[in-house]
Amino acid sequence: MRRDLIFILISVEIMLNGAGVAFVAAGSRWGQPDGQIMFLFILAMAAAEVAIGLALVLRLYHHRHTLDADAISDMRG
Amino acid sequence: MLGLLWLIPAIPFASALALAVLRIPRKLVAWIAAGATAASAVVALLVTFSFLGAPPAANAYTQVLWTWFDVGGLRPEIAFYLDPISLIMTLVVAFVGFLIHLYSTEFMIDDEGYSRFFAYMNLFFASMLTLLLANNLLLLYLGWEGVGLCSYLLIGFWYRDPANGRAGRKAFIVTRIGDTALVIGLFFLFHDLGTLRIQELMQRATEHWPVGSSAAVAAALLLLGGAVGKSAQLPLQTWLPDAMAGPTPVSALLHAATMVTAGVYLIARMHVLYSLAPLAQTAVAVIGAATLLIAGFSALTRWDIKRVLAYSTMSQIGYMFLALGVGAWPAAIFHFMTHAFFKALLFLAAGIIINAVDDEHNIFRMGGLRTRLPFAFWTFLIAGCSLAGLPLVTAGAFSKDWIIWGALSASNGSPEFWIVGLVGVLLTSLYTFRVIFLVFFGEAHSEVTKRPGYAMLIPCFVLAFLSIVGGYLKTPFGRFVETALPWTDGTRVAPVTDLVSEGISAFVFLLGLYLAYIFFLRKKSYATALASNPAGDLLHRFWFSDWGMDWLYDRVFVQPLVWFARVDKGDFIDGFYTGVARLNEFAWRLLRRTETGRLRWYAAGIAAGAVVFVAVVLFL
Amino acid sequence: METAFYIAGAVAIISTVFTITRLNAVHALLYLVVSLLAVAVAFYTMGAPLVAALEVIIYAGAIMVLFVFVVMMLNLGRRAVESERRLMQGTIWVGPSVLSALLIVEVVYLIARVGLPGLPPGSGSGMLAPKQVGIALYGPYVIGVELASMLLLGALVGACHLGRPVSEKAEARYDGNSDGSRARSGGSVVRAGVGRSADAP
Repeated sequence: MRRDLIFILISVEIMLNGAGVAFVAAGSRWGQPDGQIMFLFILAMAAAEVAIGLALVLRLYHHRHTLDADAISDMRG
Repeated sequence: MLGLLWLIPAIPFASALALAVLRIPRKLVAWIAAGATAASAVVALLVTFSFLGAPPAANAYTQVLWTWFDVGGLRPEIAFYLDPISLIMTLVVAFVGFLIHLYSTEFMIDDEGYSRFFAYMNLFFASMLTLLLANNLLLLYLGWEGVGLCSYLLIGFWYRDPANGRAGRKAFIVTRIGDTALVIGLFFLFHDLGTLRIQELMQRATEHWPVGSSAAVAAALLLLGGAVGKSAQLPLQTWLPDAMAGPTPVSALLHAATMVTAGVYLIARMHVLYSLAPLAQTAVAVIGAATLLIAGFSALTRWDIKRVLAYSTMSQIGYMFLALGVGAWPAAIFHFMTHAFFKALLFLAAGIIINAVDDEHNIFRMGGLRTRLPFAFWTFLIAGCSLAGLPLVTAGAFSKDWIIWGALSASNGSPEFWIVGLVGVLLTSLYTFRVIFLVFFGEAHSEVTKRPGYAMLIPCFVLAFLSIVGGYLKTPFGRFVETALPWTDGTRVAPVTDLVSEGISAFVFLLGLYLAYIFFLRKKSYATALASNPAGDLLHRFWFSDWGMDWLYDRVFVQPLVWFARVDKGDFIDGFYTGVARLNEFAWRLLRRTETGRLRWYAAGIAAGAVVFVAVVLFL
Repeated sequence: METAFYIAGAVAIISTVFTITRLNAVHALLYLVVSLLAVAVAFYTMGAPLVAALEVIIYAGAIMVLFVFVVMMLNLGRRAVESERRLMQGTIWVGPSVLSALLIVEVVYLIARVGLPGLPPGSGSGMLAPKQVGIALYGPYVIGVELASMLLLGALVGACHLGRPVSEKAEARYDGNSDGSRARSGGSVVRAGVGRSADAP
């Protein structure tokens, strides 16, 4: 479990990529383009998410000067 | 004219309703309230004249208004029954009630709850008259409950002081115990005899129940329970002294003249039943005798003028019960009449005194008021003599001597009762003149600030007059009620004649007067010496605390009940509901830990959830 | 073709493992780029040239470059590496390893149960030309395209907004609200992190 936010985002990218691999493999197994189409959507979504996520990380770093995920647990209770 | 009978309770009911619901200016309130009672009294007078002038068949008149309900064979009606007893009692209650209302228009003038007071008083008045005029026991019970309610409301009238509320609650709860016995008695009577109409009831009772049968005894004892509660006799007498927390007119009307005599009325009404159950009748007499002694002793020690009068009331009703118990029915009703006069007068005069010395109740702090409140002095003196039984001049003497004579000579009488009655006369005389000497003679200990006005003086004057001349009505009275209340004597041969008995009681009265004179006027040192003597002090404290009854009841009934209620609060059914709440709380505390706000926790949660979910889908 | 697939797969797995065990963020990112390239090769061998190309261009080319830019901008420095080293002990791998192992077991079980009818990719199935993908995309899946474009628009707007320079006063206000004892000087994962972890959950 990495506490660094950057590493968390990296791990998310890895996961999305893995899911995409599964989709493409399934699509090519049955010889249909649907798998690749699914991968395209995943790609688009990953791009959007990365953009926003990194912008948030930058903001957070400006405020808290730390990238520790445990440091931003203000919404607890 | 007899058809106007229903107006007697109806007018005060309407007036009470109007006073309770509408906003009426103060001046008008007095007119409406006193006017309603005056109207009732006038109608009662008219009805009396009509009854005397042209007596209806069997000397009884029934007026049926409507049927209350009809369920399972029980068919009570709103119906009024007029016969000599109810006529006399209605007349007395209406008249004395009117006078007391008149008195309280001035007595309560400064109070903020003026119209509330009169609403309650009128409601009480109407309920009492319903009780007296009722044709069947259920309507009587309605009136019974009504007077109980009004008693509670009026005792706790000055509700801002919690002690008054407690006194009201005590009165209500103790009489409730009696009321429960009464209701069970009503159930029993209906179950066995099939009707609650009084006249039919008594007829069927004589037919179905032989003399001394256990059913008759049971019913009679149950009704006696109710009467004992309402009339503050042993063992349910503890509420009456505390009921003096209410305003003085309330004490005068409810707890002297009318409500507390409801029990006497009940037993007199059902006298046939008691004749069928000699055991119960003896119980009545024994209760009356015991109460009159206990109350008499307690009255000797009290320093609050109203409490002395309360114990005195208890004692006098004991006399009435004694009369009922020995079979001298007319004597009981006659004593009720004279007692209403002089006891109400005593309370009203006491009210004048209390008002005049700035709400001081302690007789040891009054004194020498003879010269400064002459009117109060003379009226109180007349009423006191009537109470103690000054022979030939006062009404109380006539009625009391009649009872004492009946205790000896009536069918259920015995010499022991006679002696008890005479001892009671001694005690009565003693405590009455104690109060008179302490309050009106001697040195003054307090200042007189207010003088009574006409509205307070006139009723006292009228009642004083009646306290004197009321006694002369004895013989016509006896003849009048004979049809309804036969005098069951003549079966015993008394060792002394009635004149001798009266003479002895007169002697006892003078003895009490003399003793009071010695102890409380001449040589006060005797009294203080007696009180400081350890045995005397013990007796004093014992009698002061009402023979320890309050303490006893508290220990035996109240404390265990309170303890039980407290234990019961944590019962297991409740525990079930609180257990649900506590379970919720526990789950909340558990789940609270998962909301840490830490990202990694949540990610781990997602991962674990995914694992579980896939496993569930795969394997189930 | 098959051997190419297996080699590419092995490279991808190994470089991913390296990615998540590096202490330095930039090193991890570079390993991730390698992993993505290997996956692209695997895509090509599976007969999906379009997505292979897209993987390289967009995923490795745009997204990873964005990551690298941001990490460079954060300028974490050596202290971050030190703190990461201190934090990365063996014990922290236990939980994730267990969960992942369970997941792998489940997936393997699933595949084994359903059976894998006929395996080798692309053998006889042929390449799925981009033209086909395009026709399918703008045919039945055109709604998805529109939604994806809206999503990207939203991301664009959001990133623009979040990336705005914040005035110093507002910044101070924000910092005043939060716990002032938080470390202000050069970003240290350690100091703030340790302070945090000392609290009870």
